[in-house]
Amino acid sequence: MSTVEMTIPRAAVVPPTGVNRLFAAGAPDLASHLARFGPAPLGIAPGHLLGELEASGLDGRGGAGFATWRKLVAARTSAGPTAYSAPVVIANGAEGEPMSAKDEILLRHAPHLVLDGLLLAAAVTGAREVHLYSGPVQLASVRRAIAERTDARGVILNEAPDYFVSGEASAVVSAIETGSAIPRDRRVRLAVSGLGGRPTVVSNVETLAHVALVARFGAAWFRSVGTDDSPGTRLLTISGDGVDRKVIEATGGLPLAEALGAVGLDPSRLRAVLVGGYHGAWVPASDLWVRLSSRELEPYGARPGAGILVALGEQHCGLAASVGIARYLAGQSARQCGPCVNGLPAMAEVLARLVAGGGSARLPDEVRRLADVVTGRGACSHPDGTARFVLSTLEVFESDVRAHLAGYCEVTRS
Amino acid sequence: MTRQSLHIDWTACDGRGLCTELLGPLLVRDEWGYPRAAGYGSDVPIPSSFVADARDAVALCPRLALTLQEVRAPARS
Repeated sequence: MSTVEMTIPRAAVVPPTGVNRLFAAGAPDLASHLARFGPAPLGIAPGHLLGELEASGLDGRGGAGFATWRKLVAARTSAGPTAYSAPVVIANGAEGEPMSAKDEILLRHAPHLVLDGLLLAAAVTGAREVHLYSGPVQLASVRRAIAERTDARGVILNEAPDYFVSGEASAVVSAIETGSAIPRDRRVRLAVSGLGGRPTVVSNVETLAHVALVARFGAAWFRSVGTDDSPGTRLLTISGDGVDRKVIEATGGLPLAEALGAVGLDPSRLRAVLVGGYHGAWVPASDLWVRLSSRELEPYGARPGAGILVALGEQHCGLAASVGIARYLAGQSARQCGPCVNGLPAMAEVLARLVAGGGSARLPDEVRRLADVVTGRGACSHPDGTARFVLSTLEVFESDVRAHLAGYCEVTRS
Repeated sequence: MTRQSLHIDWTACDGRGLCTELLGPLLVRDEWGYPRAAGYGSDVPIPSSFVADARDAVALCPRLALTLQEVRAPARS
């Protein structure tokens, strides 16, 4: 047996098995990265990589869940012949959502995988300019990683401010262009005209890390874990009920209860779980067998998104918690668009009046009406996400709504 | 036949209301004065009988918040 082992070249790279993929190198340095994954295949034929990405089913991990290969193809086909019309690729690690920590953990523990994915996305689209955008702590880690290698020196680092909408794609482009991370009006897609009018790909850092793995090990390997409609692995940030933002790498399509159990939460002692963060939707405790896939979460108005789960303990009132979130989101408006500036605080305050108890039976309908008024009427999807969250609150905590209107709370018995 | 769509730049609009006067009842004012078309958000399909008024609204908007765009074949996802 030992002679057989001796014939295996030392440099042979074995694709990671099981669920530990993105952090399989075990350490953030280049030597550990290369020993585990080997060098990035930067010479890969663009058509081949795009085909593998399509077959892999890799979706964006920043929240919207858009198919990664489509985004890259759109920028590639929008490219013009000159440097002024060549695509731009931006790795987005801004993570303005306060309940998410996975992008920070990824950039601190596996920066080389993100850089590999960024360089591969640049190669595939023909980009001549490459950026990485994230908070200062993560940038320090990326800077150390860039210093260890020669092929990433052209990556331009940009510091992201820490507020909710700073990671929205058009805000990312604004931040790099003008230093002000606020969403902007878009008449054409960023993939057609983004940074300086050039075709622009804004891709979440976790998505890019998966691109780096698919380029090495292929679509079939990527799909070897997870489910048909949620293939591969996905980073989750789980918090609530005593747990503070624990990041795990999970197989796609994991039932919510299993994900919660993995960080020590007892699903039987929860009231509900907010899936997708503050722009997400509630799944009631009775339904925690639901899998983290677009198909199974759709009935709740949720999607896997950026992999954020916030657990609400059984001792808490879901309505009271939701008022706090709705008010926070109203305060996070970039204050540019009238319906958002005016509508989100109005919606939060009507919800607060409803929750305070003893109010008019018409309050739930007024919340729904305001949600309808703000939806679709902003430069970014902040009003839409906030409306979706508030509507989910009314639906999932429907019996609490009736109780509060009658003047008492089912949970706190007050 | 190409269809026209009116795009509202919410970052520019401050609810002066000129467009809602020209394009009522297609566009109405919400409770804060911002234009609203039932069932639509930032891009409002303009029936051919409204196109001339929509052009006026674009030209007269004091905030330059409106653009009239041609809509190609319906988007498929």
